[in-house]
Amino acid sequence: MAVVALEIPARPAYLSLVRLIVDAAVGSLAPGLGGARLDDLKLAVTEACSNAIEAHQSAWADEPIVVRCELDDRHVTVEVADRGGGFDPGEVSTLPAATDPMRLRYESGLGIPLMRTLTDETIFVPGSDGTTVRLTVYRADTT
Amino acid sequence: MQLRTEVSSLNGWTVVSVYGELDVASAPELRERLIELVTGGAHLLILDLEGLDFLDSTGLGAIISALKRARTNGGDLRLVCTQSRIRRLFEITALDKAFPLFPSLDAATQE
Repeated sequence: MAVVALEIPARPAYLSLVRLIVDAAVGSLAPGLGGARLDDLKLAVTEACSNAIEAHQSAWADEPIVVRCELDDRHVTVEVADRGGGFDPGEVSTLPAATDPMRLRYESGLGIPLMRTLTDETIFVPGSDGTTVRLTVYRADTT
Repeated sequence: MQLRTEVSSLNGWTVVSVYGELDVASAPELRERLIELVTGGAHLLILDLEGLDFLDSTGLGAIISALKRARTNGGDLRLVCTQSRIRRLFEITALDKAFPLFPSLDAATQE
């Protein structure tokens, strides 16, 4: 299994770099994943990193966020670890249906549902000093 | 990659063409630009997403914000989008029900 890891400052300007690294790591180490699945993974990773950056804003702005990619011939897993205050993903409220006029009152809250839809497995691991999100997609030829 | 916008007019609609990556780094800039346009009287807006390379949920939030403001002022916001990877995000979130997606600028202004 190959591992690629990076630390980024908790700032939105670094999201583009994270996508580039995930793209390059998958392209060279797990090329069988496929274009659409890779796009899905990059979007899920962006959502996880955006949440991590937001979690750092209150008191941990100088602490880095760690992004770690594990790649082998079966799967790609990207972990995003923050040092924020933590949260309960089960408490994220459900959004109204898109056809409900009330839906337009909500401009956020899509990140976690998107991660779960876009990956084969999304796991939130709360810790004493932050939250780690594990996003896994399986390579097409192994499912 | 930074976000770039171009504003033009077509058949009474204000067209905002968006290029680059729309994520949490650039969504505030687009949100402000669209609020500025609606406040300035552009209540019929089209967002042309054909030049967009990336869109996330924060970008969707900026688009929802502009739609609300346009409709509050008696107007509308329509999207031009044929890229499958961008359309997919609207479909997954079911927001394609709230935002009709048009295949071209002409189609968006004629319906």
